[in-house]
Amino acid sequence: MSKAARALTVVVPAAFIVVFFAYPVANVLSTGLAGAGWRAMADLFRSSRERGIIWFTIWQAAASTIITVIVALPAAALVAGLSERHRRLVRALVTIPFVLPTVVVGGAFEGLFQRFGLDSGTFRLEATVWAILLAHVFFNYAVVVRTVGSFWAGLDNRLEEQARLLGANRWRTFAEITLPRLRPAISAAAAIVFLFSFTSFGVILILGGPRRATIETDIYRFAVTRGDLTTAASLAVVQLLAVICLVVLATALERRNPLATRQARRATRRPGRTWLWGNIAFTTLILGTPIGVLVERSLSVGNGYSLSNYSALTHRVRQLPAPALAAVGHSLVFAVIATTLAALIGGLASLVVVHGRRALSRIFDLGLTLPLGTSAVTIGFGILITLDEPPLDLRTAWIMIPIAHALVGVPFVVRTMVPVLRGIDNSLREAAAVLGATPARVRREIDLPIGARGLVVGAGFAFAVSMGEFGATSFLPRRADTITAPVALFRLLSTPGATMRGQAMALAVVLMGVVALAVAIIESARGSTEGGL
Amino acid sequence: MSRTVSKTLAVIIALAVIAASCGNDDKTAADTMAGVTITLVTHDSFVLSDSTLQAFTAQTGVKVDVLTSGDAGTMVSQSVISAGNPLGDVMFGIDNTFLQRGLDADLFEPYVSSGLADVPDEFELDPMHRVTPIDFGDVCVNYWIDALDTAPPVDLADLTDPRFADSLVVENPETSSPGFAFLLATITRFDDWEGYWADLTANGVKVAAGWEDAYYGDFTAGGGDRPLVVSYASSPPAEVIYADPPVDTAPTGVMSDSCFRQIEFAGVLKGTSHPAAAQALIDFMLTPVFQNDVPLNMFVFPVSSRATLPQVFVDNVSVTDSPLTLDPATIESHRDEWTARWSEIVLG
Repeated sequence: MSKAARALTVVVPAAFIVVFFAYPVANVLSTGLAGAGWRAMADLFRSSRERGIIWFTIWQAAASTIITVIVALPAAALVAGLSERHRRLVRALVTIPFVLPTVVVGGAFEGLFQRFGLDSGTFRLEATVWAILLAHVFFNYAVVVRTVGSFWAGLDNRLEEQARLLGANRWRTFAEITLPRLRPAISAAAAIVFLFSFTSFGVILILGGPRRATIETDIYRFAVTRGDLTTAASLAVVQLLAVICLVVLATALERRNPLATRQARRATRRPGRTWLWGNIAFTTLILGTPIGVLVERSLSVGNGYSLSNYSALTHRVRQLPAPALAAVGHSLVFAVIATTLAALIGGLASLVVVHGRRALSRIFDLGLTLPLGTSAVTIGFGILITLDEPPLDLRTAWIMIPIAHALVGVPFVVRTMVPVLRGIDNSLREAAAVLGATPARVRREIDLPIGARGLVVGAGFAFAVSMGEFGATSFLPRRADTITAPVALFRLLSTPGATMRGQAMALAVVLMGVVALAVAIIESARGSTEGGL
Repeated sequence: MSRTVSKTLAVIIALAVIAASCGNDDKTAADTMAGVTITLVTHDSFVLSDSTLQAFTAQTGVKVDVLTSGDAGTMVSQSVISAGNPLGDVMFGIDNTFLQRGLDADLFEPYVSSGLADVPDEFELDPMHRVTPIDFGDVCVNYWIDALDTAPPVDLADLTDPRFADSLVVENPETSSPGFAFLLATITRFDDWEGYWADLTANGVKVAAGWEDAYYGDFTAGGGDRPLVVSYASSPPAEVIYADPPVDTAPTGVMSDSCFRQIEFAGVLKGTSHPAAAQALIDFMLTPVFQNDVPLNMFVFPVSSRATLPQVFVDNVSVTDSPLTLDPATIESHRDEWTARWSEIVLG
């Protein structure tokens, strides 16, 4: 790589994160804390309510992460063992829950609780922490399955074969050989799940019941409902510090690489029939039931079923500035831009994290992950008061929406790409060099195709993040004529009347379909790059 | 240069200046507005028929870009933190529960619209005319007629009656605008509002995070088991318009005694570079074209006495003559204290 190219690799992601994240966030926090500064922070820790909220935020996120990893690991194994075509299919399908708006999923869960009598009594789930954990598993299942599953698929399985030959049983082989080697991918996935659960908003409010609050919901309460920016900023600082600690821990775990992970040779593992079907049944139950409720609601009209809610999506209803399908179109355009940006920024940043100098690598690793753990209010308000003057008066520019989406998409690209890049067997590179390949060629022929595996998985997430509008953009003003699908869905759902609700559900189902299809397409793009290996 | 020549020159220059400035004066009224694009900052629920803003552009030559900012609370917060360098030229949708915060942050430029002549005085909450009332909506307890096995509640006090045990779902006032409005309704109505909420709690009131959650989760409308919900006076006509299969009368009714009035205002944002166009838009909002378009799009009621209500509203709503109201300054100064107290009583 030429010097200029190397410099660009560093400068482009750095500039992106400084301009659109670090500077705006620093600005809004210092504005919020101006004058009252440390006193506000001290007040926060003196309040037992706030201490309780901070503690609850941390432990529910930790519990969500542990449960999600345990529950999703078998499916990751399944994905790893499937043929490339089937793997793509499963990976696209598990992404569906990820994109659904929390208000819709919350409603589906509550419907299920009521139907199965879990809304009261001994096995009450409604308005409990269990409902929160369950929903977090639902939303984050894809993170573990996709990240770990893809990494797993690339693991050389000769070690396992040797262990089995030496008499180790299946379980022991997994625990002592496979699991340690999966650690980089598991810690990367766990970090994402933790951050998502840590900053989860709708799930806490809707499913947790009115007594539950987290740092994220409290930042909103103070900043928006109460207009108390000082307390909101103090909470945002606590959130930022907690997230920094977590990311440092996670990246340390990710770096410790006890056994060669050999992201090189592809191996096929034929999963047993029981194992295969058991897993499919379990995944379908966890992900399928709430989705089934939504599909049922989208089809239900009066006392029967029909497709009228779907055909209505092509007409403009009074509550929307455009037909709902046009909103899906806007979302698609934004998602394509956001995904491209995230793949570019995240791809370059991953190279810096893996090949850059130590200090630079650490800073990139941390800085590019932070947006995922930062409150939407902090980012939104930060951008609002910072990028408000020419040449960067972007507050009301439409491009700000995909940029903000990309901000949340980049951590996914980095977190899925870095373990894969790190796992590349150095002997492969050396062999290529011995055979006379230039460093650039080594990069092109070895790092690029293998890295692309991580990149497409991360890009798939970035796409889903944008289609589902996570964080960041909720507190940015937007042009009414480019209304996106999730915003349209909220508006339909905030009008009384059966047809409005039916259309909202139909729109949710369309959103799911579009995302599954798009993720499948994105991931098939790598088929060609992989052929080289 | 002789004195006469210089005198003549001076006169000519003076005349030219006067002529030029006269021309300018004429222009500010109409010509400078043509071709201008102004930005309307509003909340997510803002929507009009396509023809409405087109009519404004046809009349004035001013184009309007609509910028939406989440709910009213988010919109006001966004504008407060960007005060002085506003996001747009006009704000629409700040209501009496958030009005004082906007006024305290000095967001608006005073403007007295000629359209105010047709607006009853009760809607004009700001004597300095920094904001202009445009529409109103009432937050009221709704009931699902067929789901009640007794006569509907009439008085707010009825809701603590055992007949309505485990029947009501309200929204959390900390996270929901109708939830907060209903809290204000009870504070206006009862001296001992704290005791009232203690009784409601004992009678099994349920708290949902937001309107969607309450109306479609717990209320009968979405298959829930609660026949009473805090919603709007305009919800019954919406239930008729968006029913499937079509119905003639609304399945829900409104408890008039429980209604808290939310008035929505518009104002010229301080710092606008197009004050004339911004004022023209405020004027337009009080014309029948705009006022008549408001009910079916946003499910609120026009403030202008010249507006006519659509038939479905006439048939399905009776707007109460004596809504519960509270002064915006009182609301803002007690908001935190009241919601905190409410949380202690109801959530424990």
